[in-house]
Order: sequence, then structure tokens, then C-alpha cells
Amino acid sequence: MKVKRLALAACSALAIAAHAQAETLTIATVNNGDMIRMQKLSDAFTEQNPDIDLEWVTLEENVLRQRVTTDIATKGGQYDIMTIGTYEVPIWAKQEWLVPLDFGADYDVDDLLPAIRAGLSQDGTLYAAPFYGESSFVMYRKDLFEDAGLEMPEAPTWDFIAEAARKITDKENEIYGICLRGKAGWGENMAFLTAMANSFGARWFDMEWKPQFDQPEWKEALQFYVDLMNDAGPPGASSNGFNENLALFQTGKCGMWIDATVAASFVTNPEESQVADKVGFALAPDKGLGKRGNWLWAWSLAIPAGSQKIDAAKKFIAWATGKDYAALVADKEGWANVPPGTRTSLYENPAYQEAAPFAELTLKSIQAADPTHPTVEEVPYVGVQFVAIPEFQGIGTAVGQQFSAALAGQSTVDQALSNAQTLAEREMMKAGYTK
Amino acid sequence: MARAVPTRTKLGFTILGWLVGFLIFFPILWTVLTSFKTEGTAIATPPQFLFFAWTAENYIEVNARSDYFKHFANSVIISVGSTLLGLLIAIPAAWAMAFSPTKRTKDVLLWMLSTKMLPAVGVLVPIYLLFRDSGLLDTRLGLTVVLTMTNLPIIVWMLYTYFREIPGDILEAARMDGASLAKEIVYVLTPMAVPGIASTLLLNIILAWNEAFWTLNLTAAKAAPLTAFIASYSSPEGLFWAKLSAASTLAIAPILILGWFSQRQLVRGLTFGAVK
Repeated sequence: MKVKRLALAACSALAIAAHAQAETLTIATVNNGDMIRMQKLSDAFTEQNPDIDLEWVTLEENVLRQRVTTDIATKGGQYDIMTIGTYEVPIWAKQEWLVPLDFGADYDVDDLLPAIRAGLSQDGTLYAAPFYGESSFVMYRKDLFEDAGLEMPEAPTWDFIAEAARKITDKENEIYGICLRGKAGWGENMAFLTAMANSFGARWFDMEWKPQFDQPEWKEALQFYVDLMNDAGPPGASSNGFNENLALFQTGKCGMWIDATVAASFVTNPEESQVADKVGFALAPDKGLGKRGNWLWAWSLAIPAGSQKIDAAKKFIAWATGKDYAALVADKEGWANVPPGTRTSLYENPAYQEAAPFAELTLKSIQAADPTHPTVEEVPYVGVQFVAIPEFQGIGTAVGQQFSAALAGQSTVDQALSNAQTLAEREMMKAGYTK
Repeated sequence: MARAVPTRTKLGFTILGWLVGFLIFFPILWTVLTSFKTEGTAIATPPQFLFFAWTAENYIEVNARSDYFKHFANSVIISVGSTLLGLLIAIPAAWAMAFSPTKRTKDVLLWMLSTKMLPAVGVLVPIYLLFRDSGLLDTRLGLTVVLTMTNLPIIVWMLYTYFREIPGDILEAARMDGASLAKEIVYVLTPMAVPGIASTLLLNIILAWNEAFWTLNLTAAKAAPLTAFIASYSSPEGLFWAKLSAASTLAIAPILILGWFSQRQLVRGLTFGAVK
């Protein structure tokens, strides 16, 4: 009898232990709207998988980047799933810091948009699954264009944009033809300027990793940007980033704004934007050289190498980036709130096309960006609005400071380019890319 | 006898004092006001000062989205814990340096302060590795230890300055009456140094409460204090100033209230020995 009781006790203890051993996944994520929504809806996942608990660490983009980079570089093992961008994936995959991702047939990996998939793969292997993707495009005020007798083509050129911006500008009434990023930073003004320079035929490095700021293409692009902003931009543009321009556009002070496609949902939201019903969209401009000035970014989920919970983590990633999740969001919060820019099937869905009027242009913008061939001429790097090497954050920000100073009138375009060339050459030599 | 100050001068200084006080307080006031606005009115130009539709929706949303009390509890444990641990180490150290100085006391003090001269990020990786290997990552104990270490030089310096103001003769008299070292510290030195110790305590709680480098970098989900709570609301892509303001107000409110109630003690401690 005693033995039986003991055995029973042991069994129940084991059962309790097994339950207590439900795996806990710690997920580091960025605090944008789509991610917060996923966090809210993740009960659906834990209901299907009662043996997996989720723990969230939600952080602002820059803090998140610093935090997860420290952890993965030291193999700290704090996170089972990390949210990272298209900048980190190629670098980390090369360092063998990430677990290669392979999913079952249900996941339909071929449904991922090719440009996004290419940006998250290394030698054909997927290292991160895209949660949402974005590009950049032109947002413009239909009413101001009409008043000025202008019509925005779906695929404008830079010359048209410049002409229209100057025509719309009415500085006395605080209406500026164009608002563009000017705040220094590799993810601020350099994201815009690098993408813009691509369409002017410029590139960061040639095939020998030699910086190219002394080439005429960069001079043309930067001069064009500075002149345009001086004539038709808002005052103090050299300190404007995404948020500053968003506030200017929403309060009716900008005729055009070229920035992330995610801004479309903000500027058309009548609760936040004074111009919600007057906004039109167009593809990012080009110079007729075959490349448009738009970028490509995808927030993606990845598993750090050395993780003890790879199977559970993969299960979660497949759920969060799969087709069923899109259907779940559509069911709970409407099609307009489904994370955009990752799957072809979403853009083929008539319900989505109807709910998101900017869907088609977002898709075209994403398709127009090619992270593996971002520029007119060949380059040795991956990345549209960045160069996927670890040194880029530092060099990009330093060059951004030079260009921001040129915009503020503290230096000339020639000085800024020559300083950028010198500092980029020095850093690339120090890092061992050039001799 | 105190010199009579003309009423007009007094009034002038009072107004000036209030003005300076208001200027310093204004950013906090603005944060609190913004936290009661909608996202739309938060970015309105010209800015709306008091006459807008007040709403508490930001607070409701912030509480629904994250667990404020978990972060709050972590902040309290870490800041109070690190300060108490720091005092435990610093009181004997400051006592020794103030009352039995040696040739090298000044150098030791300066050396302690020099550890504050290195930017924290310079030692991030070594500390991170140490924490990883000893299992202290994302634990309150780990953060308490690291914050004790970072604030220790300041605690020692502050206490040393206060202790120096206490005449050594009083301690000597206690010793002559047969007091042991422990009794001397507990019954003679400590009561005299209470204002100094109290202000050191308060200032270090504030410093530890606001510390945002180690608390963000060494935590993940379990030990994250209010600094991480705020970091989940600031955003470089999207204008969520009202929500960020609500999160900030919630994060600073406890320390603001503590400061308010203890301001007499704080001022007394900070000006201790300034007037002779």
C-alpha cells in the first residue's frame, strides 16, 4: 500500500514537473504597431500550443538593436527569438549567429515576396522570416497639386518632383513643396540619401570597396537634394527625421513627402492627420537610369544560434509570419491591419486590395527594390539604403553628419563630399577592406 | 542682527525664484499635460496648453499593453537595494578616510572617482560576459550589484565630505568614555551624520532609479525596471508622444513624490556644512 502511494506521489510530482517545464520563449521585439498587435493576438498561439509560454521584451528600435547585438555577439542566450532588420540578417548570417530556417510545406516559403526573401537569405538559405516589409514612396497633397494645375504621374521623375515642389511652395503661408529627411544618422538622412543616390547612378563603394563620394554621380545627387530643400523645403530641415516630417505633413505644411510606406496609414488616419482625405501616393522618383530612389526594409524574426529551444521558436515564427496569422488579424481587426509587404498571396487577396488603398503601390515599390543589385553599376555589398557590413553604422552616421551640415549651409556640397570621401577611405582602410 | 531687506527686493527675488523654479519644472509639467491629450492634440501647432479635451485613454492603453507594477517593483527593489548595500560598504570606508586619514587617502578617493570617468559602454562586454557566466543576466540581484558598484564612488565621496564636518574631538571624547568602535559609529557618529546619510540615500535612490544604461542592457523580461518600460514607448517611426508621456509620467511619479516629501531633508543634506 505504502509503495503504491509513493509511486502515485512520484507520478503526480512528475506530471507537475512536466507541466512546469512548459517551454518559455523570450521574444525581443520592436515596438511598432504591427508587433504590438501580434503580442496581443498571441493568445491564439499559446492556446494551440499549451506547452509553450511566451515572454515579451518590447523595446524602441535603437535600444533593441543595441540590446540584441550585445546578446548575440556574446552568446548571452537571453532571447529565443529576436526581431531584426534587413541590415542585421546578412551580417549575422555570415557570422553564423543565426539558425537557418526551414519550414514545412504549409508555410509556403515561395509565397514570400522575392525582394524581401533575397534580403533575408545568405547563399539561398533563409535566416529570418519576414514579419512585415516596407519600402518608401511619394506621399503628396492632391488638393495642392490640383490648385497648382499639376498632375502626379504614378512613376514620377526627380525633375518633375523638383519642378512641382518649387511650384507648390508658398513660404508666406508655411506651405513647403517637399519635406525630406535631413537629420544625421545612418537610419535617418542616409537611408533616404543612399536610396536617392542609387537612382542617380551613385554607389557607396566600387567592386574594390573604394568609397565613391568623389564621383560625379554623388555630386549631382547631393547638389540636387540641397538645392531642392533650400528652395522648397521647410526651415530647419537638417534636424528633421521621420517623426518631424510626419508632424509637418499631418498638419498640412508639406506638399510632398518621400518616406517609408508605413507612413501611409498614419497620414490617412483622420484621427491624427488634418489632411487625411487629401493624400495621394506615387512611386519613388527615378532619373531614367533603371533604378528608383526607394528603399527596402523588413522587420523579421530570427533564432540565435545556440538556442536550446529551436523547435518551439520555429513553431512560433511559422505561426507569426504564416498565412493563418494574416487571416487571424483580418478576422479580429480588419484586413487593413494585416502586416504588409511579406507575402504575394496578401496582395492577390481582393478583400485586402479593397481595405488598403495604398497596397498596390506598396507592392510595386517593394518589387522595384533589389537588395542584391541595389545600384546602376555593380557593387560588392547587399542592401538598398545601407551597406550590410558591420562598419556601416559608424561610417553611415559620420557621412550623414557631413551631408546634414551641407543642408544646413554650414559647408558646401563639395566640402561635404570631400570630407565624406576622406573619412570613408580612412575607416575602410582601418577595417581592412582596402589597402 | 540680520540686515533689513526692503520688501520690494524681497518680492523681486521671490518672483525670480518662482520663475526659475517654473522654468526648471516646465518639461515635467509639459510631459504630464501631454499625457492627457490625444495623439492628435499632442502634436498640434500652436501647442495647446490647458484648454483641450482631457483624456485618460493613454494611461488605460499603457496599462493594458504592459505590466507597470512588475517594472515598478523591479525599480524599487533595485534602487533601494543598491543604495542600502552601497551605504553598508561606504559608511565604514568614509569613516576610515575621514577620521584616520593616511598619506594616500586623497589618492584613494581620487582613484575611486576615476572609475566614473570611463564611459559605461566601454566595459559593457566584459560585464556582460561575467554576468552571463555567473547566471546574473536579467536578475534583480545582478542589477543591484552593478548599480551599487557604479554609485559607490559617489556615496563614499558624499559621506566623506559630511563626516569631515564632524569634529573628531567628539569621537575622541566618546572613546575616552570607553565606547567601542562599533558603539562610536552607531551612537555618536551616525546620529550626527543623519542629514548627510539621508541625503546620500535619497540622491542615490534617484540616481539608481533613473539609471538607463545598465538597467536596459543587462535585463530582458524578468528584472526590467521602469527604464525598459519607457523604452517600449518611444518610437523613431510614429508619433506616439501622448502615450510616451503617459509612460514617462507613470515612471517618474514615484520618485517625484519621494523627492517632494523629502525635500527638506535633501536640501539640508546638500547644504550641510556649507554655512559655517
